[in-house]
Amino acid sequence: MAEAPTPAQASHRTRTDGGEETAQVAATGKSGALPAAAAPNAADAGVLVRAQAGDHQAFAELYNLHKRRIYSLCLRMVGNVAEAEDLTQEAFLQLHRKIATFRGDSAFSTWLHRLTINVVLMQLRRKGLSLISLDEAMEPNPEEGPGRSFGAPDLTLTGAIDRLALERAIADLPAGYRLIFILHDVEGFEHNEIATMLDCSIGNSKSQLHKARLRLRDALRAQNRQEARP
Amino acid sequence: MNGDPGKMSCVDFQAQLPDLIASGEDAATHPHVQGCARCSALLADLRTIAEAARQLFPSVEPPDEVWEHIESAIKREK
Repeated sequence: MAEAPTPAQASHRTRTDGGEETAQVAATGKSGALPAAAAPNAADAGVLVRAQAGDHQAFAELYNLHKRRIYSLCLRMVGNVAEAEDLTQEAFLQLHRKIATFRGDSAFSTWLHRLTINVVLMQLRRKGLSLISLDEAMEPNPEEGPGRSFGAPDLTLTGAIDRLALERAIADLPAGYRLIFILHDVEGFEHNEIATMLDCSIGNSKSQLHKARLRLRDALRAQNRQEARP
Repeated sequence: MNGDPGKMSCVDFQAQLPDLIASGEDAATHPHVQGCARCSALLADLRTIAEAARQLFPSVEPPDEVWEHIESAIKREK
């Protein structure tokens, strides 16, 4: 077997302006930005075909194209660097095992995200969270549902939201809500892409996102109330 | 829908909100919201949260060791 290149070498040989840049734009979630999944090009397709045929260099290139988004998703979901590294490693190992089964029914990036999400959810289950499948992740327990939000207008969140407080509130979300909030509001995926990743309806994706935001609002308001106490 | 949507209570509107959003309707244009400061503020808060989320969790690269581990594992599996 030929000596495999490092991912950096592999990327340099193909292109330097592709997936990573697109991924970063998508990761900002800016309106109108297309996630990498929605912006395939011929070079990406060629790399994919070669990787599916067992070309290790092409697999290294694929890793380089997608590592940032996959690692960031893992990190955002588990909040722990070492764990996120392990999950990224496991996701790409699974990709290596399964890449030949990718048939192009969805964008490759969407497919890879779905695979990664399954790896993350497996890990959360190992840690004792009662997640069995994506279905369950999408349907938090009734007691985990968002609270009612009938606060007085003077307790709204107008103005800047404390970033650390919001990050803490996201970390405290039930995994299903956290997942959909991160995919949509942080990573910038569209509901149709999320529906494919999570094997749910677009409507379900929208309503779960709404519930996640409600839950965050409740958490932030509760914190504001605490800080307002003398 | 039963009754005048502009006259529904906040409880009823907020109970329907997930379904409204799931259907793709723009909740901000709902007749109830037009005359309700509380629910209008709720929707503004949710928009604020979504906008704030875009500034969170900067995307980061995994360390090089992750690829080294992946390569090692692939070689072991061959």
